[in-house]
Amino acid sequence: MIKTDALIIGAGPTGLFTAHQLKLIGLDCEIVDNLDKIGGQCIELYPDKPIYDIPAVPECTGEELTNNLINQLKPFDIKFHLSERVDEVKKDGDKWIVKTNKGTSFTTPNVIIAGGVGSFEPRKFSVEGHEKFENKSILYSIKDKNIFKDKTVSIFGGGDSALDWAVELSNNCNVNLIHRRDEFRGVQATVDKVHELTKSKKINLFTKFQLKKINGSSNIESIDIEDDDKNIKNLKTDYVLGFFGLIMQLGPIANWGLNIDKKTVEVDTEKFETNQKGIYAVGDICNYPGKLKLILSGFHEGALAARACFKLARPNEKYRFEFTTSSKAIKNRLGVKSD
Amino acid sequence: MAKITYIEHNGTNHTVDVQNGLTVMEGAVQNDIPGIDADCGGSMACATCHVYVKEDWFDKINKKNEGEDDMLDQAYEPKKNSRLSCQIIVSDDLDGLVVDMPEKQT
Repeated sequence: MIKTDALIIGAGPTGLFTAHQLKLIGLDCEIVDNLDKIGGQCIELYPDKPIYDIPAVPECTGEELTNNLINQLKPFDIKFHLSERVDEVKKDGDKWIVKTNKGTSFTTPNVIIAGGVGSFEPRKFSVEGHEKFENKSILYSIKDKNIFKDKTVSIFGGGDSALDWAVELSNNCNVNLIHRRDEFRGVQATVDKVHELTKSKKINLFTKFQLKKINGSSNIESIDIEDDDKNIKNLKTDYVLGFFGLIMQLGPIANWGLNIDKKTVEVDTEKFETNQKGIYAVGDICNYPGKLKLILSGFHEGALAARACFKLARPNEKYRFEFTTSSKAIKNRLGVKSD
Repeated sequence: MAKITYIEHNGTNHTVDVQNGLTVMEGAVQNDIPGIDADCGGSMACATCHVYVKEDWFDKINKKNEGEDDMLDQAYEPKKNSRLSCQIIVSDDLDGLVVDMPEKQT
């Protein structure tokens, strides 16, 4: 069980800056995020899109903003738990016990939810009966490519993941690549490679088709795919892979006894605390009168929530407000020389 | 200003006046019409404001933006007449537009 002064859920800009604020006032913290990288929506949805409304930064991309925030955390030692989703938050006296889907558990007086619009999950197929094959013969990510050797694999999608795997698996599997339109959004070199492999019959390409039906009882035997004009093709297949990108799901947060309205969590504007003492929500996921879903609002909310954490993490100490320009203690924590 | 009708997947109709210059997505969100999530807030970075545009309207509205189809690949049950409602700008010409919403967005 990991003991920490505050646990942050979400490694987007708000979560990162909240960590900075916690460390600055002398608290320790750890961060959990379901993505495999730091940055949240900024890195997953718009790494290349310029942002124009970060105070004192006239223009930066989602990736640049993330890198700058990571740099700002350099003086501090912060443990990140990536590719882990917080599943459970339970009260234990005046502490919270937090558990992730990978079995990591924390005990902490403060939980700060900086979860954006929820956790990123792969978009799944919507055809009837897909659930019973999921994680067995319907997969949304590949852990061990060797299971496909000499099998027939039907890959759905038109982005880099779908194309990269189609190319890779065509080495030793029978690959069907199915996409809803003619154009692909992957990098041109891979698209060219796919067309090349289609010509040499290493990949069977079906465009303007989508999954219509899955046939089979315990294992998948075949699938029906359908085009815009309702023409149906039957493909024998052992595995079905879907690469439709990630969607955001509120997920387990809904089960933690918080007041939730339209996928956002209600908080006060003094501590950004929820209806549960010691659980805070900051950034896009919180809601209060006048809430703006701006990154800069998340920074403000995180700064105030961090101060609120101090009270519960150090009940016998008094929090004293200090500036980074003048405080010796803060400069020590930052590892910079004081005058 | 245009009268726009949003039809939920269960058949419930919502007809509202939407100001010129707003998007069809904003028209739904500002009028609390359920069925459009718009998680990314209209920056064409997700596919949760997905709608089906009635066939007779599809060719009359502005064409798809570059990158819109890339996002629609990631939508729930995309069809030929799928659009991202955040990319349809409202003008007087759109008066009477009808859009159907998918069963769900995520």
